[in-house]
Amino acid sequence: MLDQWVSTGKKATRDGFGAGLFEAGKQHPEVVALCADLVGSLKMEAFIEAFPERFFQTGISEANMMGIAAGLATGGKIPYTGTFANFSTGRVYDQLRQSIAYSDKNVKVCASHAGLTLGEDGATHQILEDIGMTKMLPGFTVINPCDYNQTKAATMAIAEHHGPVYLRFGRPSWPVFIPESLPFEIGKALLLSEGTDVSIFATGHLVWNALEAARSLAAEGISCEVINIHTIKPLDEEAVLDSVSKTRCVVTAEEHNRFGGLGDSIAQVLTRRFPAPQEYVAVNDTFGESGKPDELLDKYGLGIKDVIAAVKTVLTRKQ
Amino acid sequence: MTTRELKIKSVEYRKKILKYICNAGAGHTGGSLSIIDILNVLYNRVMNVSPDNFDDPGRDRYVQSKGHSVEALYVVLADKGFFPEEDLLTLCRYQSPYIGHPTRKVRGMEQNTGGLGHGLAICAGNALAAKKDGLPLRVYTVLGDGEMAEGSNWEALMMAAHYKLDNLCAVLDYNKQQITGANADVIGLEPIRKKIEAFGWAVCEVDGNDVEALTETLENLPIEQGKPSFVIAHTVKGKGISYMEGVLKWHHGVPSPGQYYAAINELDTAFQALTEEKIGV
Repeated sequence: MLDQWVSTGKKATRDGFGAGLFEAGKQHPEVVALCADLVGSLKMEAFIEAFPERFFQTGISEANMMGIAAGLATGGKIPYTGTFANFSTGRVYDQLRQSIAYSDKNVKVCASHAGLTLGEDGATHQILEDIGMTKMLPGFTVINPCDYNQTKAATMAIAEHHGPVYLRFGRPSWPVFIPESLPFEIGKALLLSEGTDVSIFATGHLVWNALEAARSLAAEGISCEVINIHTIKPLDEEAVLDSVSKTRCVVTAEEHNRFGGLGDSIAQVLTRRFPAPQEYVAVNDTFGESGKPDELLDKYGLGIKDVIAAVKTVLTRKQ
Repeated sequence: MTTRELKIKSVEYRKKILKYICNAGAGHTGGSLSIIDILNVLYNRVMNVSPDNFDDPGRDRYVQSKGHSVEALYVVLADKGFFPEEDLLTLCRYQSPYIGHPTRKVRGMEQNTGGLGHGLAICAGNALAAKKDGLPLRVYTVLGDGEMAEGSNWEALMMAAHYKLDNLCAVLDYNKQQITGANADVIGLEPIRKKIEAFGWAVCEVDGNDVEALTETLENLPIEQGKPSFVIAHTVKGKGISYMEGVLKWHHGVPSPGQYYAAINELDTAFQALTEEKIGV
């Protein structure tokens, strides 16, 4: 199964969002889009060109944009907000909490440039806490797709899901390996490769690194089960348990702070239902800096070699 | 409803606000008494909203951005028939839906609010959706004066003017006080009229405890075609109860039994004067 997931080229997940938004707009007349002065960065041009009357520029006023979106949802629209991940969460957390989550507004908070891989802009823009913030909000669905095709499919799927969604994607060109035809099922883990020695649960850009690590480990005779957790909340607990009850040890991989992200969600399930050793591939509670995506992933412990090292460590702890 | 009937309503509402706040042992007394005449005129004279049309997309909308004066809104919604008034005996109690800030668990409530600086953007979004759908409804919010320090309000002011939302009306409950003290001492708001006008809104000023003046203003919106309307309603915190008017401790203060009866007596006297006036006519 590992050989099945090959890169067909590189595209950014944000481009997948732009393509998905355009399709969602075609399929659902209620879909509207808002942007806080980052149309080009979010790749929203195709939607705006096709549906100019359904696009609202808010200027650099993210708190306002979330409130406007809540109001549009009250009027029966399905608003997609577009800005960077840090301005979609930390800057507007009270709006997400009170005006959207607590009020059960059907707003899709779409966030680009998440994590370290936005690169040159550095720490202020490299949010590594957004999964934690959004998954703590009652009623929020939290999705972090892994490539262009999955982001496009997720962007379309959330239009048909009623309720607030945080959709997290990124800036860099990244391998495309999920088939375009694969449907996106919110809340359903995607088994990429069966294995017997260790379960690797990965989300976002780190799914590719997990696959590459698994291929390298296979050559050493270590059998990894690689599972793509694109929906961090609600978490597919049964998929986690099915895998870990077989492998009895876990590595989680995410472009996020080790506190509050996918790893903690997995650990919480296992603590309650099937305790097992776990290693985290995640940022170790620090801020980022400028650099190329690969340089940063390596420096902050999110590279392919780090996944490999985590697997070897957790295997030593396996009983 | 005639002006005199509105005046009588305001007295009745004030009595009920005090009754339920005293029963709960909690509430925003001063702010509820300053906002009540605005709500009275909106719900009984201006807005097309009732229990019968509350699920109609074409209804007018009210979102209370200054969510803390929820007691006044509960009293008005009960009077409109959205729920039995005696439900308010559970105000702020364990397991009651009538919690300390607006919640959509209560029928008639459009939006959950409480944290300040949220309502105006939501209303602007709602007004924008109505414009896009060609619905002739109007969207109203009441802002607190202390709340105007929230930056999100100024973002929403810019947005609403840019999109020419003349179906949107914000009323400022300008009682000149907030929890710490006078607005002017906490963080100066003036010159508020010039500021709002500079943001592209049409502005007017009115005595916000005068139902006749409020009716005249709110029945003639927009103030100017193509611009959202901002009504600076000059009010008195604690209005109608002489020992509370302009006295800071009644922001959150709950009257003792003795104070409660003194307040009710004062309102009964006002009520009597109004009904005698009616008989005289």
